[in-house]
Amino acid sequence: MTDLAHIRNFAIIAHIDHGKSTLADRLIQRCGGVESRDFRDQMLDSMDIERERGITIKAQTVRLTYKAKNGKTYQLNLMDTPGHVDFSYEVSRSLAACEGSLLIVDATQGVEAQTLANAYQAIDAGHDIVPVLNKIDLPAAEPERVRAQIEEVVGLDATHAVPISAKTGLGIDDVLEAIVERLPPPVGETTAPLKALLVDSWYDSYLGVVILVRVKDGELKKGLRLRMMATGAVHDVDRVGFFTPKLKDVPSLGPGEVGFITAGIRSVADCRVGDTLTEDRRPTAAALPGFKPSLPVVFCGLFPIDAADFERLRDSLSKLRLNDASFLYEPETSAALGFGFRCGFLGLLHLEIIQERLVREFNLDLIATAPSVVYRIFLTDGSVMEMHNPADMPDPVRIDHIEEPWIKATIMVPDTYLGSVLALCQERRGVQVDLTYAGSRAMLVYRLPLNEVVFDFHDRLKSVSRGYASFDYQIDGYAQNDLVRLSILVNAEPVDALATIVHRSAAESRGRVLCEKLKELIPRQLFQIAIQAAIGGRIVARETVKALRKDVLAKCYGGDISRKRKLLDKQKEGKKRMRQFGKVEIPQSAFLAALKARGE
Amino acid sequence: MIAAIAADRESLGASDEAGGFGLYVHWPFCVSKCPYCDFNSHVREKIDEARWREALLKELDYFGRMTAGRSLTSVFFGGGTPSLMQPATVAAVLDRAARHWSIGAQAEINLEANPNSADADRFAGFRLAGVNRLSLGIQALDAAALKFLGRAHDRDEALAAIALASRLFPRFSFDLIYTRPEQTAAAWRAELREALALAGDHLSLYQLTIEKGTAFYGLHARGDIVLPNEDDSTGLYETTQEMLDEAGLPAYEVSNHARPGGECSHNLTYWRSGDWVGIGPGAHGRLTISGERLATAQARAPEAWLAAVDAAGHATIGSDVIVGEHGVEEVLMMGLRLHEGVGHKRFRALTRRPFEDVLDSARLANLIEGGFLVLDKGGLRATPSGLQRLNAVLAALLG
Repeated sequence: MTDLAHIRNFAIIAHIDHGKSTLADRLIQRCGGVESRDFRDQMLDSMDIERERGITIKAQTVRLTYKAKNGKTYQLNLMDTPGHVDFSYEVSRSLAACEGSLLIVDATQGVEAQTLANAYQAIDAGHDIVPVLNKIDLPAAEPERVRAQIEEVVGLDATHAVPISAKTGLGIDDVLEAIVERLPPPVGETTAPLKALLVDSWYDSYLGVVILVRVKDGELKKGLRLRMMATGAVHDVDRVGFFTPKLKDVPSLGPGEVGFITAGIRSVADCRVGDTLTEDRRPTAAALPGFKPSLPVVFCGLFPIDAADFERLRDSLSKLRLNDASFLYEPETSAALGFGFRCGFLGLLHLEIIQERLVREFNLDLIATAPSVVYRIFLTDGSVMEMHNPADMPDPVRIDHIEEPWIKATIMVPDTYLGSVLALCQERRGVQVDLTYAGSRAMLVYRLPLNEVVFDFHDRLKSVSRGYASFDYQIDGYAQNDLVRLSILVNAEPVDALATIVHRSAAESRGRVLCEKLKELIPRQLFQIAIQAAIGGRIVARETVKALRKDVLAKCYGGDISRKRKLLDKQKEGKKRMRQFGKVEIPQSAFLAALKARGE
Repeated sequence: MIAAIAADRESLGASDEAGGFGLYVHWPFCVSKCPYCDFNSHVREKIDEARWREALLKELDYFGRMTAGRSLTSVFFGGGTPSLMQPATVAAVLDRAARHWSIGAQAEINLEANPNSADADRFAGFRLAGVNRLSLGIQALDAAALKFLGRAHDRDEALAAIALASRLFPRFSFDLIYTRPEQTAAAWRAELREALALAGDHLSLYQLTIEKGTAFYGLHARGDIVLPNEDDSTGLYETTQEMLDEAGLPAYEVSNHARPGGECSHNLTYWRSGDWVGIGPGAHGRLTISGERLATAQARAPEAWLAAVDAAGHATIGSDVIVGEHGVEEVLMMGLRLHEGVGHKRFRALTRRPFEDVLDSARLANLIEGGFLVLDKGGLRATPSGLQRLNAVLAALLG
């Protein structure tokens, strides 16, 4: 156990790409947490997807041992947090386990939307915050301008912001000193009954369920009988330890310390994040305030390409859910796609990540339907239904009105691109709430229907601003709107997977765009293909894919057979990814791309 | 005798005729690599031909022992450029073949030749060695097109080679490549008219395709070569069929045209899923041994092949029994390229099952209704419309 005065618990918060993981890497290296031969970039991002995309999805923790200039040795617990809005829930629980934060701002870019969102979360969590200006080695760095911006936009004193380059290692010691000098030590009572926060839990194939804890009071020891206060479940602690990032066992964790325990727990579902752990025999009087788990806001259908993979998909989803309680799934049947699952996600990135993990970690080939939001349908009989799937839309005559979820979006953009960003928000049915300036950057607050954002708003925002705009949002209630279901028909058969709910004013143009896109995407086949878009019974757009005229190998002799076989096998493999519509087959890629298509 | 065979043909129908038994000899060398060609061809400054001859004979012996006593219906020297071979090498291979198999007087002995004057100087020698059908790689009668295709010969050499072949050999054929960049229908019609005036009993007319691993592949990817679009390419193909039908050399296979009786019997062996021995680098073979159909493949790189033959007497790198579905697919994939299609009897003989057992009836009905396939007393065959979309038809039928 370490003396409270020699412990600092801190989170690193930043906008994506501002250098959070690189700084974490440097701090670990500097404190000798990992041998240089074991070192790899983004030490704390253990998932391949995290590494490749350069994002953090799961919160990670690591204990650093640092001998400060004052001669004392400190235990520093670093919580690496996800930056993306979809994972703000993960951020909130990491923050609850710390007393302070390092706010990293890229000195070449300045404050971005997520900088703001994360900084406010840290302030809400009562954190002391040390601003850190990263990438000051780059010629484009403007530390003074960014310092002013932090004060003006975020409202933090940036006089003593630490200038660093996480890449070159410049200023790393200054960061460590600032952690020790400027962040507060934790408080707690060693002799009080055990009170510890369940920060996170995950399933490890060797260790079973691992629980990440932050001890507030008391001592968490091996062999202790533990009670989870929300669920009432009781477990005996098997192992106690921390990560350096290597796993290290210790006899106990004391007040202020962060570490892990295992306790023979079977399923992550038994561990409620935010729950309070206490001793069964001598429980603490009051539990810590829990978290309000975030609810899925984006839904889509996931279907196996090979129907035989349905059970495997079910198993894989349940395994993923073991470590990510924030996504939901329930079985769904589609005429076009067969058996699959309707899944709910925290946002689009969350959706993409789950999909990618299913493909990579479980080797599943999937078709995903158009992302949809949760509509509230008020029926004429006075009842209300929540609709997660456009295919479930009741007969229009039974509908009194429909409400859709809205968001409040904060967008930071250089004023050069303000015009195009405003145009984009207008086009997406946005309502301007606020527009302020900080230097040459505008901070724009808009209310937008979530439905208008789930498709490709972020991509479009990046493209109209040449990548300079940043974006963050929060859910902001429901509102009534004139919404209709747009159906797509292939050779007169409706493709339920392509049905979407759109605003009436956008329905025709969206139908046209979808038909045109499908025409490009569906390869010519032996038979002509008619593609139509309809609102109710009314056809609003039509395209035709003409029949294939010629497709034959010019040469095929004795020595060419194996090559020709490969072509046939490839065609057969491709057909597995096709869905039959009458005489024609639609490739999966056509669905996917059509789902991304959007009126410009 | 001949009358009896003819009568037999009549009753059986070409689509049921057995595939025959051929010998394919691969000569992998070329003086230069053509930019469109992805065949197993290699440019070597110098080769030890005596050593190559011995190696070919050795590998021939190896397969000869496996198939002793059969009668050979055809031989094909392909490449590469087999007309670079010394006639003595060709003669030695044919002599050795005759030791293993009986070769009838009507057996078709083919050799692929380039029209370069140096190669043409050896034509008479090939004839003396026993070659009775020459297949000339003319590729174009247009000087600019020859240059574009990277051929080592010019138009005059092409015409001279055709004249020489027609004088020396009982049968000859030549190849042309069309659907070249910017080729107009009018220009191709004129070139075809000239070709028809020069033709013997056979023409091979290939549409240019861009294959991986060729010089054209990179040029095409960069947009430096633009091929006619699907509509124009279809137009050229259809024009070709019309003109050749009119001239009395209808297509008997996707790209091969002949006067009746002028079909290349060696190639028919491939399409009718007959048996053949394949020797030389990268050669493939199909052999029925003790009721099992075997697919053989030889080492592809010339030096690797040579070393393997020196060491083991053969350079076989693959020898797989073709079973079940694969057998069916191969029979249809090759057989449906022929206008005659695949007869009921031949299909049963090759796959031991009737069409009804093997093919998905709904898919078949769909393709028949669409006018792409016909299934009748004569067997299963592609209509002209099905033939020009055969990849898609096969995928729809077998996928």
